[in-house]
Amino acid sequence: MIRKERMKVIEQNEIARNIYELTLSGQLVEEMKGAGQFVHIRVSDSYEPLLRRPISIASINHELEQFTMIYRAEGRGTSLLSIKKPGEEVDVLGPLGNGFPVHEAKKGDTVILVGGGIGVPPLYELSKRLVENGVKPIHVLGFQSHDVVFYEEKFSELGDTHIVTVDGSQGHLGFVTSVLAELQQDFSMYFTCGPLPMLEALQNMYPKKKGFLSFEERMGCGIGACFACVCKTTEQCSVDYVKVCSDGPVFPAGVVHI
Amino acid sequence: MNRLKVELPGLSLKNPIMPASGCFGFGKEYAKLYDLSVLGAIMIKATTVETRLGNPTPRVAETASGMLNAIGLQNPGLEKVIAEELVWLEQYDTPIIANVAGTLMEDYVEVAKQISKSKNVHALEINISCPNVKCGGITFGTDPAVAAELTAAVKAVSEVPVYVKLSPNVTDIGEIARAVEAGGADGITMINTLIGMRLDTRTGKPVIANGTGGLSGPAVKPVALRMVYEVAKHVSIPIIGMGGITTVDDVIDFMSAGASAVAVGTANFVDPFVCPTIIEHLPEKLDWLGINHVSELIGRSHR
Repeated sequence: MIRKERMKVIEQNEIARNIYELTLSGQLVEEMKGAGQFVHIRVSDSYEPLLRRPISIASINHELEQFTMIYRAEGRGTSLLSIKKPGEEVDVLGPLGNGFPVHEAKKGDTVILVGGGIGVPPLYELSKRLVENGVKPIHVLGFQSHDVVFYEEKFSELGDTHIVTVDGSQGHLGFVTSVLAELQQDFSMYFTCGPLPMLEALQNMYPKKKGFLSFEERMGCGIGACFACVCKTTEQCSVDYVKVCSDGPVFPAGVVHI
Repeated sequence: MNRLKVELPGLSLKNPIMPASGCFGFGKEYAKLYDLSVLGAIMIKATTVETRLGNPTPRVAETASGMLNAIGLQNPGLEKVIAEELVWLEQYDTPIIANVAGTLMEDYVEVAKQISKSKNVHALEINISCPNVKCGGITFGTDPAVAAELTAAVKAVSEVPVYVKLSPNVTDIGEIARAVEAGGADGITMINTLIGMRLDTRTGKPVIANGTGGLSGPAVKPVALRMVYEVAKHVSIPIIGMGGITTVDDVIDFMSAGASAVAVGTANFVDPFVCPTIIEHLPEKLDWLGINHVSELIGRSHR
């Protein structure tokens, strides 16, 4: 069930340059089923800015009725969100979309989780759930530079973690693909979230592997009504298009035409 | 007595609030959130004869207190809309207003003829004002003679009353309104979006792939209100007003300016529960105004 709720800010921290970790509390958390879903946030009660901001869910704590999201304060909306203090309220619509199919991976499997920049957060909840299920995750996380790297330790607690930066200022130099090429290739599937070129590179790199890709697209409503976030599908798909917000944001490899 | 009930050609509305076409799909997404039977009516997404996949993305861009869109009339086509979407909507006790679009006059006539036979379609809304398609749409809505001719052609085949959706992108909207009234329209819906643009400041290029888009949201309300006020003076057929409606106060304003009912568009994207919320709070506002029945608001500005 999708709910709309004014949720309470529990904590907000800048965990890397312009990267914020925001924990909210409220009953809406009950509805959060899995990793890879997102929430649609209204950052202001006025008409400015008007539209909601889609932000992925980084971790869920059902016991405390809290969830955490990690976002980059970049535009006007996310900058306004970044100044919310504990005790203040945030208008949240969610949970939205379909997350990663965590049960595709079986106990004892090794899987690869590949994140790029602000696509990394949803992989954290995913990794926690995979580990709970006895799956062994290997994380390959790409960032621009050392000052925007986050959650290295948290991912390391769950499994092998390889950090890659474009300028080489932390971890490996280059792109996630260069690290992936050197990794063991006997994994059962991959899960990924990040910029489109990265998703494309992964899909091309592992044409025979099962993979699940989380997409990002400009959204209006977030619930499938406005047709803003449609993507063309590949020829092997039975429908002509998919909506990232309500059909995705996670799709099996080969569905979305990249 | 139902204080919110409004009677319009073809439409017996339990309240004057309905979602605007293009902002509500065919209702399925919102049906997961609330009972669609609470709505006065539903204006479904524009339907064309053929399946349309719409424009390339990005299709939306936020602007000051508003948004631009250039979806491009994406819809599954006449046959599927009738056989699937409209049949599915029959479970709700809500009249449907079918938005009719096309490239040629024959397309409009074909869609109108077929879709008006569906039992829950109580009225048509002829879309002569979509700014985001290369042919059809707005090209029919800017020339009074053409608008009148198309209205008459659709009216001749439709089994239900015909409303014409006007474009604000004209010099004299009163002239177009009079023309469609003369063409036989049973009512007017207005306004469609205003053609606008947003540029990427870094590249200098348009943000929306289509280049231009239709502006909607609270930013357009003053323009829409002025136009409803203007058209109400020129025609005797009823007006369904829209353009940035977000709150109960906006509803009061549009009805005062001359609208007999209103449609809520972009606000559905900001708050998917906006229509039931407005319906719930409208009676309180009538009390505050000392008004017994919502119809007493209609055209209050002109009296």
